[in-house]
Amino acid sequence: MAELKIALKVHNKDNVATIFDNGVYDGAEVEVRDKRGKSEVVKVRGLVPYGHKIAVRDIAQGELIIKYGEEIGIATRDIRKGDYVHVHNLDSMRGRGDWKEEGK
Amino acid sequence: MMGYQFMGYVRPDGQVGARNHVAVIPSVTCAGDVCSAIVRQVAGTVGYFHHQGCCQLPPDLDRVTETLISLGKSPNVAAALVVSLGCEGTDHEKLVEEIRKTGKPVRIIRIQEMGGVSAAIKEGIDAASELVMEVSDLQRQPVDISRVTMAIKCGASDTTSGMASNCVIGYVADKLVDLGATVVFGETTEFIGGEHLLARRGVDPSVGEKVYEIVNKMETRAKSLGCDMRRGQPTPGNIEGGLSSIEEKSLGAIVKSGTRPIQGVLEYPEAIGDRKGLWIKDTPGREPEILTGMAATGAQFMMFSTGRGAPQGFPTMPVLKVCGNPNTYERMRHDMDVNAGRIITGEKTIEEVGEEAFEAILALLSGRMTKNETLGYHSSIDIYTLGPVI
Repeated sequence: MAELKIALKVHNKDNVATIFDNGVYDGAEVEVRDKRGKSEVVKVRGLVPYGHKIAVRDIAQGELIIKYGEEIGIATRDIRKGDYVHVHNLDSMRGRGDWKEEGK
Repeated sequence: MMGYQFMGYVRPDGQVGARNHVAVIPSVTCAGDVCSAIVRQVAGTVGYFHHQGCCQLPPDLDRVTETLISLGKSPNVAAALVVSLGCEGTDHEKLVEEIRKTGKPVRIIRIQEMGGVSAAIKEGIDAASELVMEVSDLQRQPVDISRVTMAIKCGASDTTSGMASNCVIGYVADKLVDLGATVVFGETTEFIGGEHLLARRGVDPSVGEKVYEIVNKMETRAKSLGCDMRRGQPTPGNIEGGLSSIEEKSLGAIVKSGTRPIQGVLEYPEAIGDRKGLWIKDTPGREPEILTGMAATGAQFMMFSTGRGAPQGFPTMPVLKVCGNPNTYERMRHDMDVNAGRIITGEKTIEEVGEEAFEAILALLSGRMTKNETLGYHSSIDIYTLGPVI
């Protein structure tokens, strides 16, 4: 069996990890590694291009998405562990001239 | 700590240049064509082809004048030729006076007074040629690295930027600050979502307050059109590269500032003078405006991180490209100076690539050209103004 592709989790608090590899297909298994070298195998849902993210746990709609230990957006729908996370299910919370007030 | 030296041009005002250009400066965009004719003809000259300088509100006109003064004073400029149309809104006489205070040779030609374009081109070519001869035999001498100001920026970012190339720049930024040099970073738009981390690093509370203030102003401007800023920031290329929001882009971007305390916030046209340590300059993220603002700071060079491959440079400020994406580096190796993609592939550590980059910087400061300089890809210049064109 071929070596598993790696997904990097930058900070302990992160609920997403980044995959720096090509050809990660729907249903592929990747190894999510954190900085301490701990790893976990996660099944990817969706086609994930080079440098894009997957969820490393279930994230409910309205929950914050965390990378670098900081918030990078809000989930616009329920996201399951292994799901591809990007602009289709993550909303920015800043520079939102289309929102009446900050944070909604 | 061990000292480092490079070979630089010591200017009459004590600043040290890493290059020896004669700058041809249009005081208004309408003088641009005369300048480009001069620059085409006279070896050793470069032009600042901006698009400002008339029919703007007074604060913007002052901003353009001040920015052009700072560019003329910047240490990589050995001499300056100002080209004025004659009826512009900028203060071209002040421009000449202020640059002259550095002790560098400065000349001015006035298109309307001289009888038009062809006469001005002829006068300008003769004047520029004399200036070039006058400074062409200046010699480099050894100077300490603490005399350097490094500007930093990231452009055409993807998710490798925050994990590789920006980390390399952060490493170099810390090293330079520890050696007593100066580092300036900007891109206020890319503080959005990470401003709390920067504010905490201010040397006193007023610096933190200022960080919140400039971010607030930038975000308010972005929101004023009543739409989601996404696609403007992050750009379509950023999004294709995996960056989902401005917050994610910002958190990756501020990594390049390293970890040292932030001394203060500079206004866009401001020159750094002899201030040391890490500083912020209030600039947008777009290349022409930030490159111009950083050159006006007096930076001798810029370290520029990219993931998707940004080729831009600046006429008088060498730009060293650090590429975080290994695929992009392979595709664009003739534009990229440092390969930080090896961090992503696990071949090198941040520190190893950081030390390689530092060696490249010492060579650059002593005269070694960057890929971007040899290609002459440096028309990315414009002045960041705030109000409308009227």
